Amino acid sequence: MQKSLRLAGLLSSLPILLLLALVFIAPLLVVFGFSIMPTKTFSLLQWPTLENFETIIGLSYYRSLLWSLGLSSATVVILLLICYPLAFAMAKVFGVFANVIAILVVLTLFVSENIRLFGWVLVLMKGGLLSGTLKAWLGIEMAGLLYNAPVIVFGMVYVYFPFMLFPLTLGISMVPNELRHAAADLGASRWTVLREIDLPLAMPGILVGCMLSFVLCTGAMLESKLLGGQKVIVMADEIETAFTYGQNWPLGSALSVVLIALVGVMAIFVLRRVDLDQILGRTNVQSS
Amino acid sequence: MGTQFTRRQRLGYLLYGVVVLAFLYLPLIAITLASFSRKRYVSFPIKQYTTRWYEKAFDSLTISDIFWTSLTIALAVMAICVVVGFFGALAYARYPWRGRKTYQKFILLPIFFPQSVLGLALLLWINFLGIIPSWQTAIAAHLVWIAPIATLIIAIQAYSFDPALEEAARDMGASNWQVLREITLPLLLPGVVSAGLFSFLLSWGNFPLSLFTTGADLTLPEWLYAKMVSGYSPLVPAVGALTILGVAIILAVTITIMWLYRHGRRAA
Repeated sequence: MQKSLRLAGLLSSLPILLLLALVFIAPLLVVFGFSIMPTKTFSLLQWPTLENFETIIGLSYYRSLLWSLGLSSATVVILLLICYPLAFAMAKVFGVFANVIAILVVLTLFVSENIRLFGWVLVLMKGGLLSGTLKAWLGIEMAGLLYNAPVIVFGMVYVYFPFMLFPLTLGISMVPNELRHAAADLGASRWTVLREIDLPLAMPGILVGCMLSFVLCTGAMLESKLLGGQKVIVMADEIETAFTYGQNWPLGSALSVVLIALVGVMAIFVLRRVDLDQILGRTNVQSS
Repeated sequence: MGTQFTRRQRLGYLLYGVVVLAFLYLPLIAITLASFSRKRYVSFPIKQYTTRWYEKAFDSLTISDIFWTSLTIALAVMAICVVVGFFGALAYARYPWRGRKTYQKFILLPIFFPQSVLGLALLLWINFLGIIPSWQTAIAAHLVWIAPIATLIIAIQAYSFDPALEEAARDMGASNWQVLREITLPLLLPGVVSAGLFSFLLSWGNFPLSLFTTGADLTLPEWLYAKMVSGYSPLVPAVGALTILGVAIILAVTITIMWLYRHGRRAA
């Protein structure tokens, strides 16, 4: 019996593994291949070279990389602060009402990113929803709020909000209520409960949320294009430019490899510390 | 649950939730308002309203072409994700097998990847294989990100699954295939339906993966983006608002059907 279940497990994992081998692993291998090809070629059959990585170090690409990492870190910190109270309320306070909030948040996720960001352009531009309404109602003149670095962070906070909220909610719902009550009964302050019980026990969810939103932010380019007006060039912009206008696939690939390496190391670091059976299985026990 | 919170605390959390939701919905409201503005270049507050842009959007042959392309891609992605995700979820949560823990993490990796990089990587791969990018290749591109999500959604359902039911059926002489069809599939059905819904909608709204992989074909988000960066067109808010409305209708219908199904089963 055990043996047949084991076989069933292996067999049922095959379709998605084959799929991912074909559309995930193979493309990444091609990117690695191109990253060590001479500059501006379109074939993989050249003598390998490291010149693209030298170009990256030599030219000022590190600035885009630093911008990307800086903006992404700022976004993650802000997201954590904004999402934690709501995630806590969804896991511990709201009860059934949490499902209503979850559905309303998920609904926004299905509307394309660029449409939602365009909505913010309409809100924040000069003569937009915000400044136009303020002028008409209160007579306050206001410049547009677009085309700077903080508005890029704002856009990323907005777009990646659900990717922080849901892992946090899963994480916090893993904290047993009895433990929180016991600590409070023994005289722990709310701050102590947060620091000694909630945060450590919800850590897997917090890690996954931070990781996920950070990674998505490093690959984001719409925010800087639509809201930031190219005031700041981020890594994803550089990669896209190298592939499209630059027609330099090896350089674009090398830039991608740098980003992938950074992100991959972090993803593996976080995923190693997390037991997925515990996170996903546990929430289900709670909701049923 | 929740009795340890005072009324004031609960009210505070509730208020916070409402403020956050307002923040999430504000841009969607702005688009809808702008879509009814009569002026060619919108400015707030809107003084004259019109439905002209909607009429134009409905009359446009380009938009209707692009609509069908988007729909075909989303339906194909949904069909593939549901099948692959169903089996993937069984391997994820149900069966004990040797490589399971590694498998669980591997499935998550594509979700943890920047989508624009995935799109470009696929473009190189497609080119390497000598295939010309079109809406078919976009389906493959969407699968990278969406199939793992579908798998996760069904896996969450599979965790609550009682293995004793499968064992009982097997003890009574059911074949593996019968167990799958008569026990496993019906029990996982709610998860399968949500996974299908998610797959469809995520594919429908996806931009970064489509951008590099559709070749000469266009999806709705791509068309909207092209119009956004090449100067303002009053059709952008109108078509944007229509896609928002479409999403809301599909969700409402699915939730109603699932609700009726659950209550019908309880009554029977």
